[in-house]
Amino acid sequence: MAEQIIFYVLAIVIVVFSILSVTSRRILRAATYLLFVLLATAGLYLLMGYQFLFGVQISVYAGGIMVLYIFSILLTSHAGDNAKKVSWKKLLPAGFAAVAGFALCGHIIFHNVYKVVEAVATEPTMKEIGTAMMGTGKNQYLLPFEAISILLLACIIGGIMIARKR
Amino acid sequence: MMSTIPLAAYLILTAIMFFAGVYGFLSRRNMLTILMSLELMLNAADINFVVFNKYLYPGQLDGAFFALFAIGVSAAETAIAIAIIINIYRNIKNIYVDEVSKMKY
Repeated sequence: MAEQIIFYVLAIVIVVFSILSVTSRRILRAATYLLFVLLATAGLYLLMGYQFLFGVQISVYAGGIMVLYIFSILLTSHAGDNAKKVSWKKLLPAGFAAVAGFALCGHIIFHNVYKVVEAVATEPTMKEIGTAMMGTGKNQYLLPFEAISILLLACIIGGIMIARKR
Repeated sequence: MMSTIPLAAYLILTAIMFFAGVYGFLSRRNMLTILMSLELMLNAADINFVVFNKYLYPGQLDGAFFALFAIGVSAAETAIAIAIIINIYRNIKNIYVDEVSKMKY
């Protein structure tokens, strides 16, 4: 019962703020609405029992990426001016694509909803996540861990090279 | 202990989030807002991975790890994209996709 209330609150937050974020003409407001969506997503992860993902989502997305967006918005535009007003005729193809895609996904979901499965409440402990991340066995993730560390190194070097002062 | 929230509810929620991101990606003119819509799409996909992990494969951790690595890759990609956009802004003083359409030569 409490779980359902929390889910519906988070779901309403996500739906409302994601639609507001993509339709708002003020850039900084769109960034703030996106921040709320990311925080609500972290809440969904916690609701499902994945505490580690909750922490990662908040620290990486809400606390890292959104800060990057906000200071890049402030660097590249005056925060006060709005986006230009676009006539609704130009927005029609985008709206049509989004609605058509959603109709397709909705049809697939409702076609399969009778195969509803009940969830077993499993909460991955940190010990399980740690041994899975650092292991070299069958379902274990040491190689992707090393690969993503190389990717982040390349990203750091690339970012410095691209954005340095000439 | 069973969860009382059906799988379809999560999937409809992520579908709404994803297609809001698709609409924003196709309709926005500022490069940064296009990137923000891309973040919405990536987050919707991450939630989907975790939801399928919980409901269909509860003993394993594959979906959660995929979402974890996807969050990391998305952070790296966002950083590089913002660096490129700042570089464009330094050169052309403009980041609207309508007006950045001339090639160098």
